[in-house]
Parts: sequence; structure tokens; C-alpha cells
Amino acid sequence: MTIGLEHYLVLSAVLFCIGLYGALTKRNAVIILMCIELMLNSVNISLVAFSSYIVPLLLTGQVFAIFVMVVAAAEVAVGLAIILAIYRGLTDIDANNINLMKW
Amino acid sequence: MGLAAAFWIMAVVAVVAALGVIFLRNVFRAALSLVLCFITVAGLYITLSADFLAAVQILVYVGAISVLIILAIMMTREVQQGSPSNKMKLPAFIVAVVLLGIMIYTVTANSWQIAAESPLTPTTVPLAAKLFSESGFILPVEIAAMLILAAILGAIVIAREK
Repeated sequence: MTIGLEHYLVLSAVLFCIGLYGALTKRNAVIILMCIELMLNSVNISLVAFSSYIVPLLLTGQVFAIFVMVVAAAEVAVGLAIILAIYRGLTDIDANNINLMKW
Repeated sequence: MGLAAAFWIMAVVAVVAALGVIFLRNVFRAALSLVLCFITVAGLYITLSADFLAAVQILVYVGAISVLIILAIMMTREVQQGSPSNKMKLPAFIVAVVLLGIMIYTVTANSWQIAAESPLTPTTVPLAAKLFSESGFILPVEIAAMLILAAILGAIVIAREK
């Protein structure tokens, strides 16, 4: 069986849903960030697959994937800084117990 | 044929590693599983003939982001062992499965217009031309640089000891 665009898109969907499940259910804030990284990676897979199967000479999907990586790097830096700041104040990173701003 | 075999190996390893991120009890092992998933994604980029992106994936994700995550895990060591779930397990599972079903149905029911040409292979020079040329993405590149700078400064300010 030859590998087509659908294979990559289905794989990307599977990884995205695994990351979504983890981001919704986990209580450790670091694990939530890891699951968000997983989701961003799956989106990158589908962007690159579209780029190389539909517009193979334009590379626009790969350019988008690079910008997604930039934003992911910025997000993880700020997110982990926030987690460390919360840990310093509360000595806890359980998302259930971080409810200072909950209305 | 070799490409198909490579794809299936990468796909299975990526999904198993992603499941490991969720189901492994030890947070540190979950982070290592995430690193394995990043590496297989880089392999998938190679099967898609996106060589530059594969290198960037290894450099940025496997090299930098995983180190940041592991550092954060080590600095929040005393919290709790294991990665417990909250009470939303069943609704989240239903949401994830329904979304997966919708996405797989949409992807397989759609007839994509596959281009006849084979993709460009080394992609570094065309990507650079695309990113930095006059009619390319030079403004988003500058904005991305500003975003990274602001994020680094913000991270330093937030994480600094008072």
C-alpha cells in the first residue's frame, strides 16, 4: 500500500486527539504543557504533508510550520516561567489547586 | 516501499510515544517519551522530503524545548510523584474520540487534489528564498523575531527571584 496524504493527516489527527485528551485531563501543569507541545507538533505534521502533496513547489506549508515552531518555543518559555513562578509562591503545580484567579 | 515501511514504523512509534506521555506515571519518563515522539516527527518530515524542517525539529524541539521541560520537571521535583488525572476523564475522552472521528471522516471523505510534481529536495535554499525575499515572508520573520525577544524577556522577568 502506497503512502498518501490521508495517512499523514490521520496520523496527525490521532496525535492531536491524544494531546487534547492529555491537556484536558492532566493535573500536573508541566504535563499539560507537554501535551500542548504534542498538539502543535501534530498540526505541523499536517501542514508539511499538505505542503508536499498539494503544492510541492511552493513550500508555503513548511514556512507556516516554521512559524508554528517559533510560537511554540515562545509559548513553552513563557509557560515554564509561569509554572516556576507559581511553584515558588504556592509550592504546588497541581492545576486543580491553582485557583487564585478563579471566580 | 522503503518509504512506506519508514512511515509505518515512525507512525506506530509516534503514537505509542504520545500515549506514553499521557499514561506513564513518572513525569520524567513522560518527558522522555515526548522526546521520542519529537524524534519520530522529525523522521516523518524526512519522509515528506522536508529536510530543513527535520533538522530544525531536532534542534529546537529535541534540543531546546525538551531540555526546558526536563529542567522545569527537576525544579518542581518535590510536588508529587505521578501524573494524576482530574475528574474530567470520561468527558475529555468522549470529546477526543468524537473529534478524532470527525477529523478522520473529513480527511478520508474529501478527495484531495494531489499535485503531479514530486516535491523539491533540498528545501533549504528555496525556503530561505521564500522567507527572506522581497515578495516573501520577510515581515512575519521580523515579527517572529520580536515575539521571541519579548517572550525571552517576559520569561526572565516572570521567573526571576524577587
